Amino acid sequence: MIRICVIYDKLRFEEKKIFSNIREKGFDATLVDGKSLTFDTESTKSDSRFGDIILQRMISYNRGLHLTYCLEHIGLPVVNSFNVSEICGNKLITSLVLKNNNVPTPKTTFAFSTESARECMKKLGYPLVVKPIIGSWGRGVYQIKDQSMAEMLLDSRQDNDNSFSRIYYFQELIDRPSRDIRCIVIGDQIAASVYRYSSDNEWRTNVAVGGRTEEAPLTSELQEIVLKASNAVGGGILGVDLMEDKERGYLVHEVNNTVEFRGASAVCKSDIAGAMTDYLVKMSTK
Amino acid sequence: MKKECKDCGAELTIPQDSMVGEIITCPDCGTDFEIVSKNEDSVEMKEAESVGEDWGQ
Repeated sequence: MIRICVIYDKLRFEEKKIFSNIREKGFDATLVDGKSLTFDTESTKSDSRFGDIILQRMISYNRGLHLTYCLEHIGLPVVNSFNVSEICGNKLITSLVLKNNNVPTPKTTFAFSTESARECMKKLGYPLVVKPIIGSWGRGVYQIKDQSMAEMLLDSRQDNDNSFSRIYYFQELIDRPSRDIRCIVIGDQIAASVYRYSSDNEWRTNVAVGGRTEEAPLTSELQEIVLKASNAVGGGILGVDLMEDKERGYLVHEVNNTVEFRGASAVCKSDIAGAMTDYLVKMSTK
Repeated sequence: MKKECKDCGAELTIPQDSMVGEIITCPDCGTDFEIVSKNEDSVEMKEAESVGEDWGQ
């Protein structure tokens, strides 16, 4: 019997849903708290807890990335792989990989010090969007509307000891409807596509900041660009986020590595967790 | 199942279908607790990690 191991560090709706689905489909499933694991240079594949394939669902980007490296080092297949996780967990790398693969993406500028960030913002003009290169749920994502807000950003970043706080990621503000699109990609299939509408007095569309979801039609154009984005980062189980630019059409702005789908599953008929199980089973026998 | 919040003493209700790894938030003081073990008549919890800057999806 195929054994699938789901590794988490905080158990969310999604991990519970996937775990129970694997069991309902008659496969062996284990839930392992990644925080409890230890590895050393002598570790081997023989640890029975890990089964035939691992679904890595850790909420901490750095912890998940390093653990994935350990698991792959001992020869275990991990979804998503280290390479995919590294690209998707870092917005700077994601933007460049999308651009290199001709996936339409917003124009984004990077700076690596307070001084160069200040110069960048003056040159780019306002409004513009700043995002932390690592992190989710709209945290640290702001619209910088003028020079005084730019100075506030620089001050707050200087006070932050986070090693990524001096890396600046500035993105053009897209002229779009008050929604974005989240597509859940599993292998070469799109399991769900939803609009995420921003709530009142909020421009960000993240469900975590009150955005509501509604099923979005999966047009052939949308399908093509989403699969292109997924392939660009290396493929797997991913959440591709897009905006609808009023002139340029779809622009991919993010690809999520441990995609949350609670909002999508509430409005879509498709069995997202079931599609994930099917994919893991298929990948375990490759 | 009921537990007492280690921080403020408020009563925490542990849902029947909760699982190890899930987070229970104290309704009074907001402290998050992670379930570390659970069986039919007992549940063990520890204070959960605070949200990290690299947390995300």
